[in-house]
Amino acid sequence: MAETVGLKARRAGRLSGVDAFLWLVRVVALVAVAWGSYKSISSGRLTAAQWRGLIVAGVSQGAVYALVALGYTMVYGVLRFINFAHGEVFMAGSMMGFFVADGLSGTAMWTSLPYVALLIALLAAMATSTSISLVLERVAYRPLRGLPRLVPFITAVGASFFLQYTFAGLFGADSKAYPPVEVLKGGFTIVGFRFGRTQTLVIVATIVMMIGLYLFVERTKAGRAIRAVSEDQEMASLMGINVDRSIALVFAVGGAMAGAGGLLYGLTFGQVDFLSGFTVGIKAFTASVLGGIGNPVGAMVGGLVLGLIESLGPSLVLFGLGVPSAHQLQDVVAFLALVMILIFRPTGILGERLAEERA
Amino acid sequence: MSKPRWLVSIALFGALALVAAACGEEEAAEFQPGPLGAVTVEPGAPIKIAVFESLSGDTASLGEDQLRAVQIAVDDKGGELLGHPIEIVELDDGCAAEQGTTGAQRIVADPQIGGVIGTSCSGAAIPAMEILSEEGFTMISGSNTSPLLTSIAGEEATAHLPGYFRVAHNDEIQGAAAANFVFSELGVTKAATIHDGDPYTEGLATAFGASFEELGGEVVLATSVGVDQKDMKPVLTEVAAAGAELVYFPIFQPAGDFIAAQAKEVAGLEAAVLMGADGLLSDTYVELPQTEGMYFSGPASPTGSDYAEFVGKYEAQFGEKPIQAFHAHAYDAANVLFAAIEEVAVQEDDGTVHIDREELRNAVAATSGFQGLTGTITCDEFGDCADPKIDVVQNTEAEKTIDQVRANVLYTFEP
Amino acid sequence: MAEAVQTDLREELLPAREVDLRRSVRVGLLGGLTAVFISAVGMVQSFDEAGLVVGPLSFGDLLLLAVPFVFGVLAGHPPPVLTGFAEPTSGARNVIAGGVAGLLTGVVIGVFVALVDTFDVRDIFTRISPELLDILTYGQTLAVGILIGLVADVILGLAGGASQLLGERWRRPLFWALLVVVMLGVLEALVSQILRGARLDRVQDALYAPTGELRLPSAIAIGLGLFGLGLWLRDQPRAVRQRIGAMEAERRRLVTAGALVALVAVLGILPWVLGPFLTEVLNIAGIFLLMALGLNIVVGLAGLLDLGYVAFFAVGAYTTAVLTSPASQAFSPELSFWVALPLVMLAAVAAGLLVGTPVLRMRGDYLAIVTLGFGEIARILFLSDALKPTFGGAQGILKIPDIAIGPIEFRGPELFFYAILAFALLAGYMVYALQDSRIGRAWMAMREDESVAEAMGVNTVAAKLWAFVIGAMLASFGGALFAVKVGSVFPSSFNVIVSFTVLIIIIIGGMASIPGVIVGALILVALPELLREFQEFRFLLYGALLIVMMLRRPEGLIPSRRRARELHEEEVVQDARLRAQAAEASATASGE
Repeated sequence: MAETVGLKARRAGRLSGVDAFLWLVRVVALVAVAWGSYKSISSGRLTAAQWRGLIVAGVSQGAVYALVALGYTMVYGVLRFINFAHGEVFMAGSMMGFFVADGLSGTAMWTSLPYVALLIALLAAMATSTSISLVLERVAYRPLRGLPRLVPFITAVGASFFLQYTFAGLFGADSKAYPPVEVLKGGFTIVGFRFGRTQTLVIVATIVMMIGLYLFVERTKAGRAIRAVSEDQEMASLMGINVDRSIALVFAVGGAMAGAGGLLYGLTFGQVDFLSGFTVGIKAFTASVLGGIGNPVGAMVGGLVLGLIESLGPSLVLFGLGVPSAHQLQDVVAFLALVMILIFRPTGILGERLAEERA
Repeated sequence: MSKPRWLVSIALFGALALVAAACGEEEAAEFQPGPLGAVTVEPGAPIKIAVFESLSGDTASLGEDQLRAVQIAVDDKGGELLGHPIEIVELDDGCAAEQGTTGAQRIVADPQIGGVIGTSCSGAAIPAMEILSEEGFTMISGSNTSPLLTSIAGEEATAHLPGYFRVAHNDEIQGAAAANFVFSELGVTKAATIHDGDPYTEGLATAFGASFEELGGEVVLATSVGVDQKDMKPVLTEVAAAGAELVYFPIFQPAGDFIAAQAKEVAGLEAAVLMGADGLLSDTYVELPQTEGMYFSGPASPTGSDYAEFVGKYEAQFGEKPIQAFHAHAYDAANVLFAAIEEVAVQEDDGTVHIDREELRNAVAATSGFQGLTGTITCDEFGDCADPKIDVVQNTEAEKTIDQVRANVLYTFEP
Repeated sequence: MAEAVQTDLREELLPAREVDLRRSVRVGLLGGLTAVFISAVGMVQSFDEAGLVVGPLSFGDLLLLAVPFVFGVLAGHPPPVLTGFAEPTSGARNVIAGGVAGLLTGVVIGVFVALVDTFDVRDIFTRISPELLDILTYGQTLAVGILIGLVADVILGLAGGASQLLGERWRRPLFWALLVVVMLGVLEALVSQILRGARLDRVQDALYAPTGELRLPSAIAIGLGLFGLGLWLRDQPRAVRQRIGAMEAERRRLVTAGALVALVAVLGILPWVLGPFLTEVLNIAGIFLLMALGLNIVVGLAGLLDLGYVAFFAVGAYTTAVLTSPASQAFSPELSFWVALPLVMLAAVAAGLLVGTPVLRMRGDYLAIVTLGFGEIARILFLSDALKPTFGGAQGILKIPDIAIGPIEFRGPELFFYAILAFALLAGYMVYALQDSRIGRAWMAMREDESVAEAMGVNTVAAKLWAFVIGAMLASFGGALFAVKVGSVFPSSFNVIVSFTVLIIIIIGGMASIPGVIVGALILVALPELLREFQEFRFLLYGALLIVMMLRRPEGLIPSRRRARELHEEEVVQDARLRAQAAEASATASGE
C-alpha cells in the first residue's frame, strides 16, 4: 500500500517537472506569436493587398497539403502506421502529370481543349499514384502486419528512398518543367482577394475531391466497410468484411488523392523533381496531425491551417520578432507548428479517430 | 573462419606488409624537387590533369561545357605533352563547398596530378583551395568569378591563396557593368538584390549593390533565398514591400526559375524588371516562358576566327553548339597550364619528366600577353588573369536559344 | 475421429511440400522485371564501363546474367520444411524449376529488348539508350541477341536450380567463394593498392590485367581455392567455439583478451598498410560508426526512433568550428580541440534535452516525425541569415585547425585514423557497459512496453532523457571529428540523408549489437566510397535493402540474440498453425 503511494508520488513529482517545462513552452510560444504579429502589422511594411496575397497563397498551398494528408490520415486511422513513402506516391503522380502534360503540349488539344488535356493529365497522375500505393501495400506492408511497429516503419522509409532514386534513375535527376498552360495565366479579384487562375483551380479541385471522398466514405458500402475497419479490425472481419480489401482500398483512395495533389502542385510551381515528395510528405503528415489524425475532414482543416501558418508565419510573426530574412525559416515554422500542436493539443484540432487498440 | 584464426592471419599479414614496406628499395633521385614537391612522370606514363567542374545537378551544363573545352584543348595538343599522353581526371565539384572539399582531397591523394582546371563554382573553389594550396597544387579556373577568390578593390581578398588563378573575370567588373546598365540605360533608381548564399552569387550581388549606390541608385533590399527553395512568394513580397523597380538575382537554376515565375504574381512587382547573370545564361533557363523579357549580365562571347574554329570543333565532336558561357575561358585556362608545364618541366634522357610545383605556380603567375580565345591573358598578383568584357543581353520573345540570347547584346562594358 | 488424426501425426510424416512450378513462373517473371528495372535505371550501363574479369563479357553483361542465376536459385529452392512434414526429395524438379524461371526471365528481357528497339523512349526514360540496347543484345543483331540471351538465361536458371541440389554443406562455401572473387574484381583499386604497398607487385600482376580486370585463370584458381578452404573450415567455427566454451573462465578471458590485443595491433598498423585514400575511406566509415553506436543507444536499446539524429551531429560540428576556428566571426576563442571538447559535450547535452523534452509524451511514430522535423530545423537554422554572424550561413566556417597533442598534429588521414579509432573504442566500450547496466535494462524494459515499465517503477522520463543525451554526446563527437577532418563545416553536409544512413547502418547491421554496427558501417559506408559505379545507385540499393531486410530478416545481419527472438516469435506461432492446417487437410483428404 505504502509502496504504491510512494510510486504514485514519485511519478507525480517527475511528471510535474516535465509539465512545468511544457507549460513554459506554451506560454513562450503564445507570447512570441502575439508580440511578433502585433509588431509586424503595426510596422505597416506589407500592404493589405500583399497580406491578402499571402493568405491566398497559403490557402492554395494548404489545399495541396490537404489532398496528400488524406492518404496519411486514412492509413494511420486504420493501421496506426505512418506511410512514410506516401510523399513519393505524391511525387510519382506529379511526374506522371508532367509527362502527360509535356506529351500533350505539342498537340492541338493543348490549345483548343486545355481543360480536357488537364483532365487527362489528372487522371493519369491519379492512376499512377494509386497503382504505386497499392503495390506498396501489397508488397511491403501487408506481409509485415502484426510485427512491432518499428519494422513496417523502417520498410516505409526504405520504400521512400527506393522510389525516390528509382525515379531519379529512370527519368533523370533534373527538374521537370511543366509546360505553360495559357488558360491558367492571370487571375481575378474577389472581395479584394486576388486569386490566380492556377490557385483557383487547385482550391476548387480540392473541394470537389473532398466532397467526393466524403460521399464515398459516408454513403457507399465500401466506404462503410472502411469506417468499420477503422473502428475495430477484428470485429469488422467477424462481420464478414474483407479487411484486406478494405485496407487496399484505403491505400488506393489515399494514393488517388495524392496523385491529384501532385498534378496541382506541378501546375502551381511549374516543376517537379524526384525529391519533391520528401518535404511535401512531412508537411502533409504535419497537416493530418494538426487536423486530427484518422479524420478525413481533419486532413482538410489541417492542410488549410498549415498552409496559412507557413505562408504567414515568417512575415507575420518572425519579422515582428526581428528575425532577418525570415522567409528562409518557412519550413522551421511549419515543423515548429507540428511540435506545438503535439504539445498543446496532441489529438489535433478536430480530434483523433483511431482504431481500438487491442491489448 | 573462426575469430582467433582470422585475427592471427590478419596480424601476420599486417606484420609482413610492414616488414616488406620497410625493406623496400629507395630510388635515388638526381632531380631535386623544390619546397612544394614535384610531379615525376615515368616514361610512358600519362601527365594527369584534373578537371574539377560541375558535372551533375542543375549546374551540370556549366561544368560539362568547360570539360568539353578542355578535351578540345587536349586534342589540339595532339593528346600529349612533352612526349607523354595527357590524361584528364574528372571530378565533380557539385557547385557546393562540401564537394569542393572532398574533390580537393581526392586530388591531393593522387600525387601524379600535375595541375587542376576548375572549379566551376566559386563556392567550391574556396574550400578546395584551402587544401590544394597547402599541398602545392596550381588551379586555374575558367568560370569562378567571385571577388573573394582574388582581390576586392585592389586589395587581397579573404579567400585568396597562392596557386589559384582564373581566366574568368572578377565579378567586381560584372557588378559594375550591370549597375551601369541598370542606372544609365534603364533609368532605374531602386533595385533589390537576391543571392543564394553561394560566394559567387553573394559576391556579385554585393558588387552590383556597391556600384549601383556609387552611381546614385538605392539598393532597397539585399536578401537571399535557399538554393532549393521553391516558394518565393514571401521573399518577393518583401521585395515588393521595399519598393523595388528592378530585381537583380544573379543565382542559379532552379531557384531562378521560381523567382521569375512567381514575381509577376506578387502584388507590387507586376511591372518590375528582372535581371539575372551568367549563372542563369543557359539553354535550359532561357527557354522557360517566365524568363521572357529578362536581362542578363555575363561575359561577352569571344569573337574572331580562332573562336569560330573552336566552335566548329566543338560542334563536330559533341553534336551541339557550346551550351554555356565559359567554354572559351576553360580552353584558355588549359592552354595557359600546358604552356606553363612546358616551360618549367625538366626532361631526362629516358623520357622521365619532372614538374616542380612551385616553379609551375610561378610560371603561371608570370603569364603575360598570352593570346587566348578570350583575349590577352595577363595574370596579376592576385590570380586574376582575364581580359574582361561584360555584355548585357536580353531574352526577348524572338530569341529563344542560348546563342540567340547571347547575341542580343544591348550594352558592353570593358574597363 | 480426432484420435485417428492424432495417431497419424505421431507415426507418419505428412507428405512433403514440393517445389512448385507455378511459383517458378512467378519467380521468373519477377526476375525478368528485375533485369528490366536495373537496365532502365541505368545500373547495367554504369557498371558496363567497369570491367570485372578479362573476357568478352563486361560487368554490365555479368550483372544481367546474374539475374537469371539468382532467380533460378530462388525458384529451385524447396519450400521450408516444417516439423511434421517429410523432407522433399531434391532432384530434377529443382533444376527444372530453375530452368523455368530462367526461361521466363529471358522472355521478359527479350520482349523488353524488342520494344526498346522499336520505340525510342529516350525522352522519358533517359537511360534507355542505344548503348544499353547494345549491351542487352551482347553486341549482336536484335534477333541473335535475344536468342543468345534466352539460351544463356535458361542455362543459368538451370544452373541456379541445380545449385539447390548441392547440400547446404557445399552451397555455403561456393557462395562465399563466388562473392570473394567478385569483390576482388570490383575492388581492384583497393586490392592493387594494398598489394603494391606491400611490394607484392608480382601477385598484383598475376591477379589483374593492366586494364584492371581480373585475369580469368587467377579468378578461377582463387575461386576454387576459397571453395576448398571453405569446405575444410566449415565446421571450424563451431569447433573453436566449443573449445572456447569448454575452457575454464580464466583461460577464456586470456584468449579473449589476446584476441582483442591482436585486433588493436592490426588496427594500429592498418593506415600505413592501406595508404592515404583507403584510410580516408575508413575514416569516413569510422565517423559513421561512432554515430551509429550513439543512435544504437537511442533506437536499439531505448526503442526511441530518432530520425533527426543529424541535428546532434551538426551541433557537435558547429560547436567545434565556432570554438576552434579563427574564421568564426561573432565569437572566436580559438580554443584547442581538447579544451573545446567538454564544451562540445555540454552543447550536446543541451541539444539532447531540447529535443528530448518535448517528445517525452509522444507516441513512437509521432516521435519519429517530430525528430525528423528537428533535424531539418537544425539544418535550416545553421543555414539561415539570421544566425549567419555565428554560424556563417551558406558559406559555413572554414579553417578549422587539426587536432594536436602537444607538438604532434594529427594531420593527414593516417594520423587522423588514430583519433577516430580512439573515440570509436571509447564509444564501443560505453555501449557495451551501458547494455548491462541498470539504465540499460531500464531502456530495454521501456522498449518492450512503456506502460508496463512505468508500472514496474522505471523512471521513463529520466530514461528517455538519458538516452537522448548520451546519443547526442556520441553524435557530437562524430560531428567534432568530422569538422576537424574536413577542415570546414557547411550546412549542406547536415541533411536528412546523414540521419538515414546512420539509421540504415544499425538496422541492417543489427540493432543493439556492436559487431553488427561495425559490419553495417563497413558495408554501407566504406564500400560505396570505393565503388564509383555504385554512387549513383547507392540510395536506391539502400532502400531496396531495407525493404528486403525487413521482410526477411528484420533483426539485421548480426543481431543481438534478444532482438532476433523478439522479431520472430510470430513464426513459431505460424509454424504450429500451418501444421494444424495441413494435418486437417490430409485428414479430410484421406477420408473420414
